[in-house]
Amino acid sequence: MAEEEKEKKETEEKQEEKTPEEEKKTEEASEEKKEKEEITFSTRDFIFKKVESLVFGVSSPQMIKKMASAKIVTPELYDKEGYPVDGGLMDIRMGVIDPGLRCKTCGSKLKECIGHFGYIELARPVVHINFVKVVMDVLRGTCKECGRVLIPKNKIEKYKKELDKVQGETGLEGRRDAIKSILSSLKTINKCPWCKSRQQKITLEKPTTFMENEKKISPVEVRSRLERIPDEDLEMFGLNPTSVRPEWMILTVMPIPPVTMRPSITLESGERSEDDLTHKLGDIVRINQRLFENINAGAPEIIIEDLWDLLQYHVTTFFNNSVAQLPPARHRSGQPLKTISERIKSKEGRIRHNLAGKRTNFSARTVISPDPMLKLNEVGVPRIVAMKLSIPETVTEWNMEYLKEFVKKGVSEYPGANYIVRPDGKKKRITEETQEQLLEEIQPGYIVERHLMDGDVALFNRQPSLHRMSMMCHRVRVLPYKTFRINPSVCHPYNADFDGDEMNLHIPQTEESRAEAETLMEIHTQLISPRYGLSVIGCIQDSISGNYLLTRGFSMTRDDAVSLLYNIGIDDMSRLPNKKEIDGKEIFSVILPEDFNFTGKSRGKDKEGKDDVIIRKGVLNQGVMDVNSLGEEKGLLLRSLHQRYGDKRTIDILGKIFMLGTKFLTNHGFTTSISDTDLPEKAELEVKAILDKAEDDVNNLINLFHQGKLETFPGRTMSETLELKILEILNKARNKTGDVVAEYLNKNTGSSIMSDSGSRGGPLNLAQMAACVGQQAMRGKRIEKGYLKRTLPHFKKGDLTSSSRGFIRDGFKYGLTPYEFFFGAITGRDSLMDTALRTPKSGYLYRRLANATQDEKVEYDQTVRDASRKIIQFKYGEDGVDVSKSENGIINVDRIIQNIK
Amino acid sequence: MKEYKKYRKRLPLSLLEEVKEKTKDMPEARVNKILKEVHKEYRKAKVQAGESVGLVSAESLGEPGTQMTLNTFHFAGVAEMNVTVGLPRIIEILDGRKKIKTPMMEVYLKPPYNKGKDIKKLALSIKETLLKEVMSEISVDLANSSIEIILDKEKVKDIGATAGSIVKALEKQAKGTNVKKKEDTIIIKPKSKENHVAEAYKLKEKIKNIYIKGVKNIKQVLPVKRGNEFIIITSGSNLPEILEMKEVDTSRTVTNDIYEISRILGIEAARAVVINEVSKVIEAQGLNVDIRHIMLIADTMCFSGDLKGITRYGVVSEKASVLARASFETPIKHIINAALVGEVDELNSVVENVMLNQAVPVGTGLPGLVTKIK
Repeated sequence: MAEEEKEKKETEEKQEEKTPEEEKKTEEASEEKKEKEEITFSTRDFIFKKVESLVFGVSSPQMIKKMASAKIVTPELYDKEGYPVDGGLMDIRMGVIDPGLRCKTCGSKLKECIGHFGYIELARPVVHINFVKVVMDVLRGTCKECGRVLIPKNKIEKYKKELDKVQGETGLEGRRDAIKSILSSLKTINKCPWCKSRQQKITLEKPTTFMENEKKISPVEVRSRLERIPDEDLEMFGLNPTSVRPEWMILTVMPIPPVTMRPSITLESGERSEDDLTHKLGDIVRINQRLFENINAGAPEIIIEDLWDLLQYHVTTFFNNSVAQLPPARHRSGQPLKTISERIKSKEGRIRHNLAGKRTNFSARTVISPDPMLKLNEVGVPRIVAMKLSIPETVTEWNMEYLKEFVKKGVSEYPGANYIVRPDGKKKRITEETQEQLLEEIQPGYIVERHLMDGDVALFNRQPSLHRMSMMCHRVRVLPYKTFRINPSVCHPYNADFDGDEMNLHIPQTEESRAEAETLMEIHTQLISPRYGLSVIGCIQDSISGNYLLTRGFSMTRDDAVSLLYNIGIDDMSRLPNKKEIDGKEIFSVILPEDFNFTGKSRGKDKEGKDDVIIRKGVLNQGVMDVNSLGEEKGLLLRSLHQRYGDKRTIDILGKIFMLGTKFLTNHGFTTSISDTDLPEKAELEVKAILDKAEDDVNNLINLFHQGKLETFPGRTMSETLELKILEILNKARNKTGDVVAEYLNKNTGSSIMSDSGSRGGPLNLAQMAACVGQQAMRGKRIEKGYLKRTLPHFKKGDLTSSSRGFIRDGFKYGLTPYEFFFGAITGRDSLMDTALRTPKSGYLYRRLANATQDEKVEYDQTVRDASRKIIQFKYGEDGVDVSKSENGIINVDRIIQNIK
Repeated sequence: MKEYKKYRKRLPLSLLEEVKEKTKDMPEARVNKILKEVHKEYRKAKVQAGESVGLVSAESLGEPGTQMTLNTFHFAGVAEMNVTVGLPRIIEILDGRKKIKTPMMEVYLKPPYNKGKDIKKLALSIKETLLKEVMSEISVDLANSSIEIILDKEKVKDIGATAGSIVKALEKQAKGTNVKKKEDTIIIKPKSKENHVAEAYKLKEKIKNIYIKGVKNIKQVLPVKRGNEFIIITSGSNLPEILEMKEVDTSRTVTNDIYEISRILGIEAARAVVINEVSKVIEAQGLNVDIRHIMLIADTMCFSGDLKGITRYGVVSEKASVLARASFETPIKHIINAALVGEVDELNSVVENVMLNQAVPVGTGLPGLVTKIK
């Protein structure tokens, strides 16, 4: 493993080496900064270099020695004074982890020195665990004497072509399998076709011992055999001789990772606690020394063998501590050591945790709460947060006085500033002592890190970030108290609610990032979902109810109308008709653009039985506003507004519609109560009759079933037929009660208005409250589980009646019987379980999808290609239409035809 | 003149056809104006170069995944005949599994047969029938250590077989035995000289599952009326054999086994089925996902010419970048293999550049600056 890690570093270093001047510069700069409290990097210090490629390979022993800056000979770490021992594992030639010390190799201090590799000379070669399989394949496929591949000369070319083809199709693994099968098909010749020597069967005794004829082949022997293999034969095995020699997979020297990669921590007691890797390396060095001594002293073969095996064990567990056949090396406490493989692997490993995931400063997280008075693209930021987060502003001649004001206010007064950055990159905190001096010092070129203010750009995010609308750009609005405030309309794209949800806020620090955030991520750019091409942001809840009530036929005096409109930010009343009594539709029309035409359908039908919504020349002529026009994911009115007037205007209009709804509702008054679902006695009786009839029908069916006279459906057994029929009857009965409820319920109660406008709840919920909850179904069937042949002890065994199988006859308002309640709880728990099981499954699917398709992008020629520039689609989606610019996935020809006369 | 021709290359065919259809009876001037406007809107709606369509598709499919049901089965009419639905089905499709949980076919029939006459008989003749389903009794004759089978005549007639054909089937498949027919019973005797009773019992179990008639793997059949014709829905799938039947309309008959489709009908057909099957599930869940996203995912699975699942063995293993592969699953394996062949990571896709703190070559990260920075 270490090889690859190193390789990675190396190439990176190579890249950096290309800019020696720059490096020197930064070094000099750091020299100057000796006594400065904090070192920061301002934009002008960035080195604009790009890594172009990374090369992977296996390091040769020579390479390991060459890149090492220290040879490690002793397992000791520190001397009596606590100073790192020369030639020990914490040798300061390999980097420093203690403040005050300087690296002997590069001369830089803690945090500046990135660390340097060391090496140890192994007394005897050992096998690298991660290459055992490859070594095995190569050993089996080559002659033990002459090292040639066991394929006759005349066939080599043919097989090579075959193998290259296999590798192209199935990759490296496929090639390895292929060469194995080729060799085994040739195995009849147990003689080397080149030198005619006899070959023996080689087996692998896991994890690292190679056997030939029941006899162990020592790594020394393995290595010498591998050395004999000529380069051209290596290609047969899919090894690239320019980057790999198989004998390098048997280690003779081992690289020691830099100290900076395995820092020790000092405990409170002053004791040092070493990193897992250091522990493991200590073991290796110790055993290695012992092995050296024993060999030199001419110790018996058995002792040397034992030590050698032990060395092999330690080296193996250093690379990978979860090898199946080996007991993992453990801490004294018994918990397994985390060695190199474990560091890289898995979600918490280096790759996914540290490399693909980044951490950031200038961010905040707190609970969110709603504020309908905010604009859609605003986020309310608590003042304490605003005083911690800052925005760097460069001082110029023209804004110097303006910025000085912030410095004057300082850290503890809003709006103040926290830091001042001098042109040389030195950062100073503004305190009472430094304030005066800094004020005088400020001149163009300085940077003031001022507090967050209204209108600043911020990114706002809620996890899980499942789609791009989970992170959008908002404008800051500094507010009192301690929660982030958002307009309830933008809850939907974030999938947020206010039952304790927390969200994250990030403040972009450079002009580039701010510009990008504004143009790519601001709310109005994200209005249309790329998933289905409709608005993800729309009116919700009260604003829908309000607009519904207003446009359904409410009228008010002109004074009231003017005051209402003024309240939502409209001061041009010229479009309001000049008459005493003004209709709600006319008030609503004031918000619409003057040349706007729209035809749509409303959710319910009005008194005349019409459901058309017609807007002509910016006037709502007919129909009511409800979810179908204003709601999120539907909002066809919003979609046509967006198409016609663009995103910014749409957001503006949407904000006003939202405000109109809520303001109107605030003035009008709105409530729901238990009496909303009161039914007249006549209706109650009808409901009862329907349910009684259904129960009778069910009982009749059950009787027929017991007599065996039930007509079965084709391909079904009789009991299945019964279940189906019962389910059908009960569902029909419930729907019928729903119809009764819909017919008799008072249309002017809060509950009805919410259901009719679509702001919350539907006819089903009303029916469940007023009349009958209905059948509780589990997995598409009636509830069957529970006790022997019955669901609950309340029933007789084998009872198939509706009530014993989870039909809830009563409505929520009337109240449920205990067993009905229990059935409800059963299905409730089932659905909870479902959600809990589904989340990780869909999460994994999402991860896989994202990983598989992340590099696919549209090229300039409109083709979709992946990173290796293979064409996936010749034209995106077959017509090249971006869903987020389409109307529900199509170009709306009908609308165009309608608009062109 | 109506300027349809002028826009032939400028508009996608489907869109142009739609406009043509809808403006059939309109005056020329208006049609031309409409065409111009449609073209304008089409150009506005086109994707921008550099758009990271892959990730958008992944999001569009991944996000609603959290809203899908986990209810594995949905009953499609007959007992035992259920279909995998919801999230598990999506996972199954995208995994590119070779064996799916509930294979199903929709067998369309050619005109004389799709009118419903004899549809039941036809359906039953497709169904795979085992011996145990057409016999009424099976017993072991201890004296002769042979097996006696009594057939259920009605059932034999139902599937359109005769006792003779059953004997033939038995002779063919039960090797090493003598099959004799004696009136209503069929007697099977092992050929081996020693009369082991135990052998006979073993044989009995084997013989029960001998395949008599129909199409292999078709476990259930259900004739249904779809529109104004009858089709047969089957549980279990065997496309090649069904397509060979003379009654079957080969152009419309489908299976939901994508791997089988790709094997029999080729990769383009498989892509179409992936799109259809995924859309079916998403529609059934009442979700709204644009077809383009599903297409892109299907194309990602199929563009190499073989059906590849979205797994570490499928699509992801094909990625050009070592680091991209390593960041997905089994990083050690990928790095070791990369080292062996001296692989070069050109850093052309997204994660590698994230790892190195560099701009990703997608979207706004794609274009370079003409201005030199320093």
